[in-house]
Amino acid sequence: MSNIPSELKYATSHEWVRNEGDGTYTVGISEHAQELLGDMVFVDLPDVGDEVDAGEDCAVAESVKAASDIYAPITGEVVAINEELEDAPEQVNADSYGDGWLFRIKASDESELANLLDAEGYQNSIDED
Amino acid sequence: MTSKTVLHAKHLESNAKMVDFHGWEMPINYGSQIEEHHAVRQDAGMFDVSHMTIVDVKGADAQSFLRTLVANDVAKLTVPGKALYTGMLNHDGGVIDDLIIYFFSETEYRLVVNSATRVKDLAWIAEVAKDFTVEVAERPEFAMIAVQGPNAKAKTATILNADQVAAVEGMKPFFGVQAGELFIATTGYTGEAGYEIVVHNDDAADLWQKLLDAGVAPAGLGARDTLRLEAGMNLYGLDMDETVSPLAANMGWTIAWEPQERNFIGREALVKQKAEGVDKLVGLVLEAKGVLRAGSKVIVDGGEGVITSGTFSPTLGFSVALARVPKSVGETAQVEMRKKLVDVKVVKPSFVRNGKSII
Repeated sequence: MSNIPSELKYATSHEWVRNEGDGTYTVGISEHAQELLGDMVFVDLPDVGDEVDAGEDCAVAESVKAASDIYAPITGEVVAINEELEDAPEQVNADSYGDGWLFRIKASDESELANLLDAEGYQNSIDED
Repeated sequence: MTSKTVLHAKHLESNAKMVDFHGWEMPINYGSQIEEHHAVRQDAGMFDVSHMTIVDVKGADAQSFLRTLVANDVAKLTVPGKALYTGMLNHDGGVIDDLIIYFFSETEYRLVVNSATRVKDLAWIAEVAKDFTVEVAERPEFAMIAVQGPNAKAKTATILNADQVAAVEGMKPFFGVQAGELFIATTGYTGEAGYEIVVHNDDAADLWQKLLDAGVAPAGLGARDTLRLEAGMNLYGLDMDETVSPLAANMGWTIAWEPQERNFIGREALVKQKAEGVDKLVGLVLEAKGVLRAGSKVIVDGGEGVITSGTFSPTLGFSVALARVPKSVGETAQVEMRKKLVDVKVVKPSFVRNGKSII
């Protein structure tokens, strides 16, 4: 059983979203997702300033096993990216909810958050896989 | 129903993630495939390869049987224990399997073949054996542990008895020796020094535990794949199969053309293939971001080819691949990756040996 923190929101495509309380939202991939992918070798992130739409593929997590698209869970502007992943992609494996965060979005429509799953909903979606 | 090796419980004790590998439940990793890879390149790691098939061939015709069965020539083997890598071909010159043959005497040999091809291999061997006075016996009572890495031999020595240490002392690469209860060979699939040890099923878990206690890290099939690919060693089913000529799979060196009167199976087809020209297996290097993956299209001077195996190389820090391409290939190529064409370098199909880049 992997860890699914209850304070986060989730997309069925395995991204998590954390509300930073200032209109920005941090995005990463779940512990379950990193387990499925295996050791991460490259993470291709969007550029700061990019406008992304909810559901748009905007990053790539490449592991020893496969390259996987990462989808923007909400619409907005990318205001920060985790540059440390350039040299240390393994942080996604070691601490997927902490040091392994991917990027931060300034939401253009916070009502989109309601479309995401809570921890229980995400757990159910994994169980159905 | 998947099969389990006798080391299954030992893998679970080390928190292995188990996967179905051609009908065998095998460890893919014990946490981190990349750390296991580095353990083998920098220190010592061990793999459970008990799923591989050991076949002993004995009898008056053993030598002439094997001189017919495989493309390399076992008559080259004259020193007891010496091993030979070769392909077993069909009549069309395609590779039924690749294998290692150990020579004990002209009437006694040991073959180690792949597990994924076990059923068809045994059927083929039995069919060819009909015309010879030989006994062919599979040895399922044995497990096999590969201990590999720069410190593999030294760490293994700490758990061998004095007679066994003496038996392997100074043994050259590609030799095997029966040392007490163990058959110990200086072979492997990683590009590092080390041993492959054949041990009775009843003693395998104990040997595994002793090696663990001696500081040998368990390594899974994931690391085994990245290690063999860095070393430029083929994986059956990816880099060659029954539809692929050994000449197009970097196995030309495993074909003994002399003496010309030796009529091994597939020879006639190979002679024709050689005259007509076949594709070749090359190495590809991508120093930019991204990972080359099997099945991707490769565009080269004068045609198109395909990546047969691709991975991220933990030792080099970038991606490498084996690709089968037209002979006209130059020093660079382009690979179709995620709908984009990416430039790659074309090199010999071998990337890392004894811990160091050889690109």
